[in-house]
Amino acid sequence: MAIRSFFVPFLLLVLWFYSSLSPVLSLYEDQVGLMDWHQQYIGKVKQAVFSTQKTGRRRVIVSTEENVIASLDLRHGEIFWRHLLGSNDVIDGIDIGLGKYVITLSSGGSILRSWNLPDGQMVWESFLQGPKHSKSLLLLPKHEIDCINVVQTNLKIEKDNVIVVFSNDRLHAVSCIDGEVLWKKDFETESFETQQVIQPPGSDLIYVVGFAASSQFEMYQINARNGELLKHESAIFSSGFLRELSLVSSETVVALDSTGSILLTISFQNGEISFQQTPISNIVEDSSGPAVIIPSSVPGIFAIKINSVTIFIRVIGKGKLEVVEKLNQETAVSNALPISESQQAFALVQHAGSEIHLVAKLAHDWDANLLKESIKMDQQRGIPHKVFINNYIRTDRSHGFRLLIVMEDHSLLLLQQGAIVWSREDGLASIIDVTASELPVERDGVSVAKVEHNLFEWLKGHMLKLKGTLMLASPEDVAAIQSMRLKSSEKSKMARDHNGFRKLLIVLTRAGKLFALHTGDGHIVWSHLLHKSEACQSPVGLNLYQWQVPHHHALDENPSVLVISRCGPSSDAPGVLSFVDTYTGKELNSLSLDHAVVQVIPLPHTDSTEQRLHLLIDSDKHAHLYPKTSEALGIFKREFSNIYWYSVEDHNSIIKGHALKCKCTGEVADEFCFDARDLWSVVFPSESEKITATVTRKLNEMVHTQAKVMADQDVMYKYISRNLLFVATVAPKGSGEIGSVTPEESWLVAYLIDIVTGRILYRVTHHGAQGPVHAVFSENWVVYHFFNLRAHRYEMSVIEIYDQSRADNKDVWKLVLGKHNLTSRISLFSRPEVITKSQSYFFTHSVKAIAVTSTAKGITSKQLLIGTIGDQVLALDKRFLDPRRSVNPTQAEKEEGIIPLTDSLPIIPQSYVTHALRVEGLRGIITVPAKLESTTLVFAHGVDLFFTQLAPSRTYDSLTEDFSYALLLITIVALVAAIFVTWRLSERKELQDKWR
Amino acid sequence: MEKGKGVMGSGRRWAVDFSDNSTALSSRDIRDPPGFTRASVDQDDSTVSRQKKDAESNWKAQKAWEVAQAPFKNLLMMGFMMWMAGNTVHLFSIGITFSALWQPISALQGVGKVFEPYKDGKVELLGPKLLFIALNLGGLALGVWKLNTLGLLPTHASDWVSSLPPAQEVEYSGGGIPL
Repeated sequence: MAIRSFFVPFLLLVLWFYSSLSPVLSLYEDQVGLMDWHQQYIGKVKQAVFSTQKTGRRRVIVSTEENVIASLDLRHGEIFWRHLLGSNDVIDGIDIGLGKYVITLSSGGSILRSWNLPDGQMVWESFLQGPKHSKSLLLLPKHEIDCINVVQTNLKIEKDNVIVVFSNDRLHAVSCIDGEVLWKKDFETESFETQQVIQPPGSDLIYVVGFAASSQFEMYQINARNGELLKHESAIFSSGFLRELSLVSSETVVALDSTGSILLTISFQNGEISFQQTPISNIVEDSSGPAVIIPSSVPGIFAIKINSVTIFIRVIGKGKLEVVEKLNQETAVSNALPISESQQAFALVQHAGSEIHLVAKLAHDWDANLLKESIKMDQQRGIPHKVFINNYIRTDRSHGFRLLIVMEDHSLLLLQQGAIVWSREDGLASIIDVTASELPVERDGVSVAKVEHNLFEWLKGHMLKLKGTLMLASPEDVAAIQSMRLKSSEKSKMARDHNGFRKLLIVLTRAGKLFALHTGDGHIVWSHLLHKSEACQSPVGLNLYQWQVPHHHALDENPSVLVISRCGPSSDAPGVLSFVDTYTGKELNSLSLDHAVVQVIPLPHTDSTEQRLHLLIDSDKHAHLYPKTSEALGIFKREFSNIYWYSVEDHNSIIKGHALKCKCTGEVADEFCFDARDLWSVVFPSESEKITATVTRKLNEMVHTQAKVMADQDVMYKYISRNLLFVATVAPKGSGEIGSVTPEESWLVAYLIDIVTGRILYRVTHHGAQGPVHAVFSENWVVYHFFNLRAHRYEMSVIEIYDQSRADNKDVWKLVLGKHNLTSRISLFSRPEVITKSQSYFFTHSVKAIAVTSTAKGITSKQLLIGTIGDQVLALDKRFLDPRRSVNPTQAEKEEGIIPLTDSLPIIPQSYVTHALRVEGLRGIITVPAKLESTTLVFAHGVDLFFTQLAPSRTYDSLTEDFSYALLLITIVALVAAIFVTWRLSERKELQDKWR
Repeated sequence: MEKGKGVMGSGRRWAVDFSDNSTALSSRDIRDPPGFTRASVDQDDSTVSRQKKDAESNWKAQKAWEVAQAPFKNLLMMGFMMWMAGNTVHLFSIGITFSALWQPISALQGVGKVFEPYKDGKVELLGPKLLFIALNLGGLALGVWKLNTLGLLPTHASDWVSSLPPAQEVEYSGGGIPL
């Protein structure tokens, strides 16, 4: 009795305590930004137009290679507004019309849009069609240049301003006000390729120049008012042209002949075409090799590039050419900027070691420099690629210049008065690969000094927090506490934390630059541009691998990553390996390989310094082992016969399996090189099936158990194999866009293939289904997403694979005594008996990417992370995709957690991981396990970056952020007081009893 | 279960024995009052005390049986509580089940102590002890049964398999679409 009398109130207390911890799936408003961060980027700038009117905010409009048009603040580089056009809506040109509209031409010149400059609202959109695809050119007559003080009044062509667009082999004149096409003009000449559309200032004429049939120069003169063809001239130059023109004046262009050794000055004054030939060797003494014209628009001057030397040449009337300057460094030339009625300025940016030199000149006066500055530049930014110039009027009425520079790493910088005003790391908009790395272990003494440094602040902070927990804080205090939580230095500390939340995300961008992002707040810890070497001038980054992950005995070594890059765009170009220290960002070593890298297989073995063995497959199907040490070779030889790989040839629908044979024979005599043999091949009938998606399990995925326990205590054994491949094929007809085929003509076949033996374990056909297929493979299940043409809806299917050969391990006593074979190593050459269960559900969204959460030990239940078409990440519990769901689950099944079957998957608004944010242009979702089993770190990247922590089964192993410590404290105090009081009471009662 | 002990032990605070059975000479220095015959008193007293002792041992035996039967009530009480707690695993049902397990165990540990007050050469305690043990074992069985119905006993294959790690594979593979 005594036990219970104590137990019951205790139980009640605990129960009350539990009920006060109400379960939360989603975030509270004040938790936004605590564990997540979001960064907005735009990508590599292709074109920039400044808008620096006297009134209104100064801004620059940019278009980028990620198909973003954005308006940036010139003072700080922040984004005012931004629009991401689709991936097949590539921007061809942008400009500003009437000083208040941003005009964009996109989609190969077929869509012309106008956006409101201050807020980015779309004003109008028009579709421009034409007979055939061609170069797209956008031309806005610049009559109202208001950055200069001259207002030109004589140039009102129409009542409203006209945009001249050449696209799809047709010339259009479009009204700037409403996007209405005023007139259009076709060109009859066969194979006419337009190169330039020119409108001489102050005239009503439009010149359209280009080439036809490689050796014919064509010129059309058109009336700008009504599109009437005034004149058509053509001239033949026997040795042909290179397809590039440089405009030197409104009636002169410069071209190169097909060998790249003769400069041709073509003038078409008054409609008469005349050629002037100048061999390059005549004006440049030591020229060797073919020349290339650098596109520029500086009047009177053009630039050519021979090898790596940039040569500026001036045209002095009647086709006379004169070299004005030769520059040996990498140089970028800006657009021409009219600074007064007759003067145009332009800028040159040269790269020289750790500095860049800026020069601004007047077009007609080469020797006078308007601006000459040198600015220290981070070497990791590489060389300048593009420069855009803009001017402002200083207080003394002289011209000042600001330059917008795009660097090799795709970053964007604004330079003014010899300093970098702001910079944007826009390379992060195009991430290719991501991997995670640990931070250094914390050293003693560092954090203590920091605390002592601002002890007062620390005390104040804790006082505020105490106030907050005791609900005594005023609204100002609450705001202060919130900002303190958001800026907590604990978050962005450069040391490992106990829970493993703080890590480094190592990302490789398309520009070939590595960044290390801190998971706490997303700041860039270091960045490293892949080095150019003698052997490789332009390495293209491909992939990232964990090279060395030290733990235990090798803790004093820094972890490193392996960057695989390729020397040039073709697939058989030699590869380059770079090893980068993840703590410091220093390149430890770089190897230029003599073979290509087609596939990389990280092996499950490490050497004594914890370097992971990697097998690199080249284009001749030789396997090369790295690191090239005898120790690695020793380890590798032991596992030699157990290593297999597969290759997918998606163009001819074949999947092949390979194994290692022997040491390389023939000319490549190398101890670390091995020949391969083909083991098996799966050939899909090319007339009915085409591979669209292949997925395997993630290499580092942890699985906790092989058993799945049913409601009735029965056990099913999961078929957990790393050597399973999911392949989805679609009918070749149905590989196009959704809706291009009828349901009868389209199908989707899903396969599960054993990589080692090539055995097809499962095959299922979805009739009337169409791609694109997105799939994710984890543990013993695959989830894939496709379009159902009959139901006109998207569908998600799940396949779960179970091992039937172990199903008879049911004797408890055998299991107790350990007499079973469930943990013995298995070979895939023993015939597996598998059964599969599958189910399909409708899903509302189309999908950009699918990932699955991963935790340290694989105990926590899984969630699917779905990148939706709205660029958000949706977390969907795996329990919704359970093939054992039925319409009426039994009581036992309900207890097990099986959800009654519904035809479509629910989308719960609270389960959007990205809450109110959007990850524009979402491309990939990466999950990294934290050290805390319940938590997984999620990184979504596209044009934007987003990072957060997720706990799919809630944080069962730690107290949540909103845990009420005050309540706990009060409870403890109350309990102690109660114990004391009851003790006194009982003593008194005993005494009274004794006196009775 | 503590009742018998209370009555017999601490319930009687003090006593004066009026019957002087001493026959020693030293206590006889005071003569008996007139009309008092010691022999009859002696004889009478011995019969009374024997009767009394018989009654006491009877009473003790009766009490011992009572104590031995006490866990039965407990058993019923426990059964009712278990029925109330239901078959789902939560704090309350676990608490009740563990107290149902703990009580018989602690009672069994203290079997000797429980029957201490009734220890008497004449009182047969084996029967009550056996009953007491049997009833407590019954309580224990009830607790174990409840534990099993809650699914907390590892009686299924699934309980032993869940902790086994997945089997290692001999072969290792990689690859994919060419980079």
